[in-house]
Amino acid sequence: MFDLDTTFAALADPTRRAILARLALGEATVMELVKPFELTQPAISQHLKVLEHAGLIARRVDGTKRPCRLAKQGVEEIDQWLAMLRKALAKNYDRLDEVLAQIEPAEKAKKGRREK
Amino acid sequence: MNKMTLKTEGDRYVVVKRRFAASPEAVYRAHTEPELVRQWMLGPEGWTMPVCISEAKPGGKIRFEWTDGKGNGFYLTGEYVELNPYNKIVHIERMHLPDPTPDNHVETRFDADGRATLMTMRMTLPDEKTRAAMLATGMEYGMEASYLRLERLIETEAAKNASASAR
Repeated sequence: MFDLDTTFAALADPTRRAILARLALGEATVMELVKPFELTQPAISQHLKVLEHAGLIARRVDGTKRPCRLAKQGVEEIDQWLAMLRKALAKNYDRLDEVLAQIEPAEKAKKGRREK
Repeated sequence: MNKMTLKTEGDRYVVVKRRFAASPEAVYRAHTEPELVRQWMLGPEGWTMPVCISEAKPGGKIRFEWTDGKGNGFYLTGEYVELNPYNKIVHIERMHLPDPTPDNHVETRFDADGRATLMTMRMTLPDEKTRAAMLATGMEYGMEASYLRLERLIETEAAKNASASAR
C-alpha cells in the first residue's frame, strides 16, 4: 500500500500535475519532458521522483533510458475515495433539499399543494 | 443549478459547494438543530440516526449515531468551535469505526445568493489509514445503498402514476 498523504502532496504541485497530464497522453522519457516544461533535467527528475514515490507514475528500464508512464492504481485509489465522499454528501444534500422545503414552504406552495 | 462540487485544495483540504433553494437561516438551522439534522445527514439509503446530539454553542457537544437497523452502526463525536448565526459554523469531528479517526476540522459557510444560499464546506483530509478505513466501510454500504435507491425510485414512480390515474 502506498501512502495517500504522499499522493496528495505530490498532486499539490502544478508542475507535477502538468507532468501527469502529459503522461496521460503516453509514455515519455525525462528528456522528452524537459523540453515542454522549460525546466532543467535535475528539476524534472526531482518531480518524477516525488511522483514515483507517491505511486502516481511507474518507470521502466529501456537501455540507458527510464521512460515514465501513469501508474493507474495510485490515481484510481484517490479518485475512489473522493467519489465515495462525493456520493454520500450528494445523497445527504438531496435529502436536505426536502427538509428545507418543509422549513420554508413558500417555493413549494406556489406550485400548488397536494390534496388528500 | 444545485449541483454539488467537491474539490481538493492543496494536499490537506476538501472543499464542497452546494446551492440550496432556501435562506441561509434555514440551511444553518438544518445543520445545527437535531430534529432537522437527523432527517438528512444519513449517508446511504436505509440508515437512520437514532441518537443526534447537537449543542449549538461554542464548546457544545456533537454526537451522531447511525444504524442500518440490522445491527450495523457507527458514530461520530465532535465539538463546536465557533458559531456565527446564520452564516458560519466551525466544528471538529471524528468518526468512530469503532476506533476514532484523527480530528477533522470543518468550516461551513452559508452565503445568501439571491433568494438561495450557497454553502461552502471546507474539511480537512483524513490521513491515509482513515481514508482506507472509510473507503472499505463506504464500499460495503455503498453497494446496498444503490439497490435501495433503485427500489425507492421505482416506488416513487409507481406512486406518481397511481395518483395521476386516480385524479
